[in-house]
Order: sequence, then structure tokens, then C-alpha cells
Amino acid sequence: MSKEPKVSIRGLYKIFGDDPQAMLPHVHSGMGKPELLEKYNHVLGLQDINVDMQAGEITVIMGLSGSGKSTLIRHLNRLIEPTSGEVIVDGENVLDYDEEQLRNLRRNKMSMVFQKFALLPHRTVLQNAGMSRLVRGEDEASAESHGRPWLQRVGLDGYEDHYPHQLSGGMQQRVGIARALASDSDIMLMDEAFSALDPLIRTDMQDLLLELQKELQKTIVFITHDLDEALKLADHLVILKDGYVVQQGEPQHILLNPNDPYIEDFVSDINRARVLRVRSVMSPLNGETEFSGVVDANDNLEKLIELSEGDTSHNFKVQKDGEDVGILHMKDLVRALVPTRAAEKGAVR
Amino acid sequence: MAAYDWLFGALGLKDWCEKDASGGPMTMAQLLAKSGKDGGGGEGAPVSFWDTPFPSLDTLNESCSSVARTRDMTTWVENLFLSVKDPLKVVLDPISQPLSWALDGSLWLFQTVPWFIVIPLLLLAVWGASRSWKLVGFVAISFLFLSFIDHYVPAIQTLSIIFVCTGFSVLLGVPIGILMSRSDRFQRVSLPVLDMLQTLPTFVYLIPLIFLFSVTESKLYGIAIILYAIVPVIRLTDLGIRLVDQDVIEAADAFGMTDKQKLFGVQIPLAMPNIMAGVNQTIMMSLAMVVIASLVSAPGLGVLVLRGIRNLELGVGLVSGFGIVLLAILLDRVTKASLGRINTAQKD
Ligand SMILES: Nc1ncnc2c1ncn2[C@@H]1O[C@H](COP(=O)(O)OP(=O)(O)O)[C@@H](O)[C@H]1O
Ligand SMILES: [Mg+2]
Repeated sequence: MSKEPKVSIRGLYKIFGDDPQAMLPHVHSGMGKPELLEKYNHVLGLQDINVDMQAGEITVIMGLSGSGKSTLIRHLNRLIEPTSGEVIVDGENVLDYDEEQLRNLRRNKMSMVFQKFALLPHRTVLQNAGMSRLVRGEDEASAESHGRPWLQRVGLDGYEDHYPHQLSGGMQQRVGIARALASDSDIMLMDEAFSALDPLIRTDMQDLLLELQKELQKTIVFITHDLDEALKLADHLVILKDGYVVQQGEPQHILLNPNDPYIEDFVSDINRARVLRVRSVMSPLNGETEFSGVVDANDNLEKLIELSEGDTSHNFKVQKDGEDVGILHMKDLVRALVPTRAAEKGAVR
Repeated sequence: MAAYDWLFGALGLKDWCEKDASGGPMTMAQLLAKSGKDGGGGEGAPVSFWDTPFPSLDTLNESCSSVARTRDMTTWVENLFLSVKDPLKVVLDPISQPLSWALDGSLWLFQTVPWFIVIPLLLLAVWGASRSWKLVGFVAISFLFLSFIDHYVPAIQTLSIIFVCTGFSVLLGVPIGILMSRSDRFQRVSLPVLDMLQTLPTFVYLIPLIFLFSVTESKLYGIAIILYAIVPVIRLTDLGIRLVDQDVIEAADAFGMTDKQKLFGVQIPLAMPNIMAGVNQTIMMSLAMVVIASLVSAPGLGVLVLRGIRNLELGVGLVSGFGIVLLAILLDRVTKASLGRINTAQKD
């Protein structure tokens, strides 16, 4: 990709403890998280993180609990100071910012949605939604006029004068999202924003987010420990383990080519037919003209299985935006449904 | 021949002891001992091992008159206090003057405005704080009863002192509590002081106050009450702010709030239930202290209790004591009711 990334993290390290700087050489020379904790009583939060986040994309950071996801996202708006490294937003290193510049970044360029909602309990839903405006020094009227349409947009018409504790979890998080959107920031940070919600409500919220994103094209950094959620939302997927990036890239690609047993474990439990898309398993056009039908590159494999009624001898023509882009052999499709071991990767492709 | 002669002999300090052999005036204990022993002439008898006294200042002084006596030591403490008193007074007098004005002004106001205005105003305040007709009725009946048995004036004096002292406690205590919540170091320094203020018997800090200020000044009892009653509001402000949900604080930071916006927009409002619980305790402690403060000329129901004790007028003491209990219940109920209103407004 030739265009400048919107956010770029370079060589980021974070060590928790009394003297993090003194621990850096140990980490550089290859000491891992358990050893550092045992020998020096420091927690290795993040090590050598390099991630580029493109404007208008959803970058999902996934990992088990304790893998450093929250620590990583908090470096973007410097709620946590790094031990070393760079965080570049729109070409400027956020770590060089003074207090005033940092406050401007947080007020105007980045907004955040939290796992436990973190709404102001003594303020109404409407006041919460307009909070970012008040913080910037705008008056109540302006805060309300910016908060109200976003509340409507997330489906909270008529709840303006309620207090947060009067709403269900899902509705509170809608307020959280409206609050983040009302600040008109380019970048939205979401730390396990849907993890505290019931599964059905969570699906609703994911759909809401995708719908909003189609329209708003924000740069979203989304954190989750749930692979299904990650695959549904991600344009770019980053997998964290013990504070380092195990693998990152296009989600379908990671799914088909896991490079680490850790990721295989993650990947082995999901419904691959529903997650994998035709474009990920198709072959290039080769002049063949015999097709059982035409499918879209973004259809999932489940739909193809239904279409072919389970017959593996069929071939389909794949189109994207009306143009022929490839051929799908049902045999490849079936093979792609079996999880790949990292050791034998390449065998399928 | 005294018990520790041998000690000074062994240390070779005999000369130093005798240099000033004339000694000071005798203590009362010495005089008594002397008069008892004079006829017996047992001065020289050796002290038996079992009777060896503890080597205290007074005992050592018997063997060696150059050693100071305990009485000299207390005199020394007294002189020290008297010598810092004047500079201290120069500083404390002007700062505490507003307290005298407030106490006197409020007493004057409450006693000048006629009862048929004061009582309705109080009831209105109760309604404003609690929004409960039951409570307003209870307060009305209590006050009419107290007035009916001619305790209106002392009761209103006591209330007036409590209002002023609570006001000052909140004015000083909330900022101190805020500072404590923001600095662990300041908290470490302040906590022992607060512990001391709470555990010292109240009479103990009346002593230096009496020396510092004249008994005719109302700030004397004002300061005594505030010192005692300010502790809970400080503690609970500190605690309340420290207990504010860290997730909400993080959200405030993430949206770029300044420290000031955070303090007034998030921390203080969310700490309000705790701060109000502190105010409630402060009021109750002022009430407890205002009774003791009648020893140093604080007017009010305490004076009647004191009269009951001094003159053994059992009835006077008991009735005014009952009046105090009634005030305590009123104040507690009203502040708790307003606290309850804050709590329901912002539970999460
Ligand atoms: N303030 C801290 N002090 C020490 N260790 C910390 C601190 N914050 C986080 N950690 C450690 O860093 C690691 C990553 O934590 P976190 O980023 O919260 O993980 P996640 O959000 O992925 O669950 C964990 O091992 C955690 O114990
Ligand atoms: Mg986390």
C-alpha cells in the first residue's frame, strides 16, 4: 500500500516496574516475559510492536486476556507512557507532544469507547453524549445539538433525559459510541467495547458499528479477545501474545495461513465456512468456460456449499463488481474447510 | 543519705553535685517526708534493697542537687509554651478573627430575629434539604416542645454555633481532603495528625487554647469545636475522591479533560455521597463538642447541663440533656435525608 498510514506504531516497548529503562537491554537480548518477571520482577507489557493502521479501516487487535491489548491501545492517546518507541499519528510523533498538544489530540483527533462504558453517572444520557464538546469548552447548547443526532443515530431516541444507570448494558454502550462519535474525531479507539454485552446484543452492536463505518470511514482501532468478532470487523488483524505481535495481516489470509500454534488454536474452533470468503480460496482465471454458476467474490463458503448442494465436482465463475476475477473449484473449497497446521502451510495455497 | 549517692560517687560527679548544694525550694513531698522523719532521725539509715526507688528526676535530685526536678521540667515546658505563645498569637489572632465574628454575628442574628420567623425558616430549610413532610413535622413538634419548656434560646444558640462551626469545617476540610487525595505524601503526613485530633481527649486541647485566646472570645470554643469536628469531613473527602471509579477517570482523561475539569466535573460530584456523609458526622461531632465547650463559655444547652452538674440540679441537667439528644436526632435525620437524595440522584 503506497499511502501513508494514519497511525503507525514503531518499535514500541512497555515494561512495568521500578526501573523499566534498565530492563530494556535484557529484553533486547531476547529475555521473555516469564523470565523477566522471575529474575527482575518487572512485567513485560509490550515488546517491539510495529503496526500500521490505514485511514478508514478497522484494525482489530486480538489476543487472550493479559496479552497486552489494553496496554497497546492506551499508548495511542498516551494514557500509558511507553518505555521506548514511537507512535506516529498523521505524521507526528505523539510522544514528542507537550501537555497542551496531547490534550488537543485527545479532544479533537481521538475518541475512545470503553469495555465498562465509563459514562458519567451523574449526567444524563444527552449530557454524556455531548461530553466531548463540553470538555472542549463549548456551551451546553452546542453540546446538546451535537449529542442529540448521534443518540438518534445509535437508536436512543427518547432516552435523552435518562441517567446511565437506568439503561441496559447495550444501551449504555450505545451512549458510549454516540459520545465518541459526537467529538467528530478521525480516530476511534475501542477497548473490548462489546465484550461486556450479551451475545445477541453484541451481534447487534457489531452490525451497528459496521453500518456506521460504511458511512463515516473512521480509522478504528478495535480490541477483542473473540476471534469471530475480530473476523467480522477486521480489515487488518493483529494478533498479540505475551506482549508481542505473533502475526498480522488480512484476516482471511491469517485464517488460511496461521504461522504459529497459538493462532492455530484460536482458529481451530471457528466455523470456517461462514467466515472464509470466495476471494480467499478462488484460483486465477484460466480460460475455462464451463461453469455451474456465477458467485460474488465476497460471498462466504457456506453460501457456495448451499448453492452446489454439496457436490464437489462443480466450478463457479467469481465476479467482483460485475467483472470476472477468478474461478472457484469446489474441491479447493472443501480443502480450505480443514484447519491448516502451521508446519504444512503452503500445501493448500 | 539518699538511694543513689553511690551512683554519683562511682561516676566521680560528687563535686559537680555539691557545686550547687543550696538546692531549690523543697517540693511538697519533701516537706511532708521531712516533717514525718524529723523526730525519728532515721536520715542515715541505709535504704533496703527492696525499697530502691526508681531513678526518677526527683529521686536523683535527692542524691545530687544539680539534677533538675520534675517540677523544674514542667515549669520549663510552661515557659517554652509561654514564650511561643506571643508570636503564635500574632499569627493566629488575625486569621481566626473571622470565626469570632461569624459566631457572634450568627448568635446575634438567631436571637434577634423573633421566634415566629426563625422556626418557620428552619422548617423551610428542613424541607429544602430533605423534601420530606414527615421530617418537617417532626422538627416542628420538637422545636415547639423545646420552646414551650423555655429552652428555645439555649437550643437556638447551640444550633447557631453548630451551623457556623460546620460551615467553617466544610470550608477548610473539603480543600484539605482534596489535597490529600491528590498527594500520597501529604496524606501520609496528615493522617497521624487527624488520628491525634480524634483521639486526644477534648479537654487536652482546651488547655493550650485557653492560654492562647482569652476566654471571653468566642473563637476559643469555635476553634476547639472545629479542631474536633473537622476530621470526618477531611477523611471522607479524601476517601470519596480516591474511590471514584477509575474507569470514569480514565474516560475523562481520554477525552482530554484538564485537572480542573476533572476535579469539578467528575471527582467532586462523584465523591459527593461520601463528602456528605462526612458533613453529617462533622455536625454530630460539633454537637458533642459544643456541650464540652460550655466549659469555656460557649452558650447554649451545654451551659444548662453544666449547671445541673455543678449545682446538683438533677432536673435541669436531665431536661437540657434531653434537648441535646433531640437536636442530635433532628440534625442526623435531616442530613441523612439529604444524603439519601444525593445517593438516589447518582447511583450507577
Ligand atoms: N500498571 C501495571 N503494572 C504492572 N503490570 C501491568 C500493569 N498494567 C498491565 N500490566 C500487565 O501487563 C499485561 C497486559 O495487560 P493488559 O494490557 O491489561 O492485557 P489485556 O488488555 O490484553 O487483557 C498483563 O500481564 C498485566 O498484568
Ligand atoms: Mg484489557
